[in-house]
Amino acid sequence: MRAPSILRTQAYRIVLVYVAVFAVSVTALIAFTYWNTKRALDAQTDQIIEAEITGLSEQYQQLGLRGLADVVISRSAHGGPGLYLLANHLKQPIVGNLDAWPASVTLPGNFVEFDYQRRIENQLDTRRARGRVFVLAGGFFLLVAQDVHERYQTEQLFTTTLPWTVGLVLLLGLGGGALMSRNMLARLDSINRTSTEIIAGDLSRRVPIGDAHDEFDALAENLNAMLDRIERLMKGVREVTDSVAHDLRTPLNRLRNRLEATLRHLDPASAETVEIEAAVAETDSLITTFNALLLIAEADAGVTRGEMTAIDLAPIAADMAELYAPLAEEKGVNLEISPSGITMIDGNRSLISQALANLVDNAIKYTPSGGKVTVTVSETPHGAELRVADTGPGIPALERARVVERFVRLEASRNSPGTGLGLSLVAAVARLHDARLLLEDNMPGLRAIIRFPRHAPRRG
Amino acid sequence: MRILVVEDDLEAQRYLVNGLKEAGHVVDDAADGETGLTLALSRPYDVAIIDRMLPKMDGLKLVAEMREHSNTTPVLFLSALSEVDDRVKGLKAGGDDYLTKPYAFVELLARIDALMRRRSPQTVKTRLQVGDLELDLLTRTAKRAGSAIDLQPREFRLLEYLMRHASQVVTRTMLLESVWEYHFDPQTNVIDVHISRLRAKIDKGFDTALLHTVRGAGYMIRARA
Repeated sequence: MRAPSILRTQAYRIVLVYVAVFAVSVTALIAFTYWNTKRALDAQTDQIIEAEITGLSEQYQQLGLRGLADVVISRSAHGGPGLYLLANHLKQPIVGNLDAWPASVTLPGNFVEFDYQRRIENQLDTRRARGRVFVLAGGFFLLVAQDVHERYQTEQLFTTTLPWTVGLVLLLGLGGGALMSRNMLARLDSINRTSTEIIAGDLSRRVPIGDAHDEFDALAENLNAMLDRIERLMKGVREVTDSVAHDLRTPLNRLRNRLEATLRHLDPASAETVEIEAAVAETDSLITTFNALLLIAEADAGVTRGEMTAIDLAPIAADMAELYAPLAEEKGVNLEISPSGITMIDGNRSLISQALANLVDNAIKYTPSGGKVTVTVSETPHGAELRVADTGPGIPALERARVVERFVRLEASRNSPGTGLGLSLVAAVARLHDARLLLEDNMPGLRAIIRFPRHAPRRG
Repeated sequence: MRILVVEDDLEAQRYLVNGLKEAGHVVDDAADGETGLTLALSRPYDVAIIDRMLPKMDGLKLVAEMREHSNTTPVLFLSALSEVDDRVKGLKAGGDDYLTKPYAFVELLARIDALMRRRSPQTVKTRLQVGDLELDLLTRTAKRAGSAIDLQPREFRLLEYLMRHASQVVTRTMLLESVWEYHFDPQTNVIDVHISRLRAKIDKGFDTALLHTVRGAGYMIRARA
């Protein structure tokens, strides 16, 4: 039994979906917090700038350009976060603590973020600021801004960390998921292995139960209870078929004994001898029918009488063709076997031979002289196939499903010998092997196919 | 020949014992496993016919016990149970042959004949001969009156089986089991056709036929009619 790839397990798929949902949630949460904080901080900054602009524009109205310039100079001297620049209509600086008009700041009205340079202890430092341009009467521009470099740095740090955080969440989630599903898989695997052994015929196997008392143990206990029940039922069916077989065969045996004993004491030329011989023949056909019915019943109940082993279909087909070759020749039917390679299946040689014998027997029986019967073993994409094709009258499409039922015989063949169980027996043998009996149009004739499941090891 | 019959169905036992006696055998009978075992271990028998299901001691157990006591009497199991792996169980327990009820008496007779024959000490034979028909088991060739007969491998096995049981009735079922290794009855009597082919090869053009049909039973190969 092959250990299935962990990635294909349901447990791992669940973990995968869970991790994805978790990662998306985490990202959304972080993004929301980030966006909200940034908005609050920006609003605070904007409020300060707004207040300053209002104050400065009042100064301008009251004291004119000179007065405004004085205020700007005095505020610039503070060295705080406030940034000011008064410029003429060509945006050439007049006064303020910004060296030059920032290139990225153009339109008045909206709040903008820009980079500016500041000299701190002879070091030129590029920093981030947020501000707004105000147009004064007379064509002068006033830029009022706040240094937001710390906030900006935090923001930068945040955006570079975010992918890593999400990556880490995913990695841990997937790793943990793999571990979890492997644990679950080991439990499932033991259940699967047991099921496979049971399907293979060992009904005494049970699923091992751990001591965790978890859902898996509950499942195992339920499965075992179910198996106990099935085993009891199967045993019951077996006992019933055994006792039916015994109870019917015993009187049939006495009947046959009695007839034979009578026969031994009769004059072989007498009329009674003929009658009793006919009675013996009837008894035998009764026995044949009974045996076939019993076998069908057992196959349907899933009571495997014979052992299933790995067998090659090719020699089985070849042997059967060889057994029937003289009979076919005598009837003027050409019996052919198509050559084939080794075609292994899990099966019971005796039962498959019996089913094949029924098919070949039927094919020869219904094929007129000069016709052809072909036995083929082949490995197809659907699985191994055992095919018997003839050039006889075939079976009308509507009747094909019906002929595999017990005792169904088509009108055309009602008077030829046979139990009417031949095809049902083939179908029962097929069912016992998890195989299917297909009846197809051979154009002309009938093509009966037993299609076995793929030989690949069973996996639950 | 001395035969032990262990069968709990008394009516079946009576027919069986009478039939065997009429065929010239000396028969002891028992109706349960324990009595059967006591008899089997106290007297020498040429063959034992044992029912699969017996009171007191099951047929399988009985034979296993016999083998445990180094008793090598050939055993033919009779069973009214289903066939497929019951046969295997019977043979594993130490049985030599297996017959499902209801059986034809001629089939039973032919099989116990074969079992008794098997028991008589056999040197490893490399040649078989019936009349002027010779079979060389080493070169796998057949000759009649000195001229070679061309046989297919299966025909050779068929002839070999018949010649190993020369002057004995061999049934169709026995041939199907030993030569083809099938344990079921094909609907049509395919064996008859094989026999008639073989007959054409070994008897055609000779005054005395060697391969005979035994009416209602099977076939027999023998030198004189």
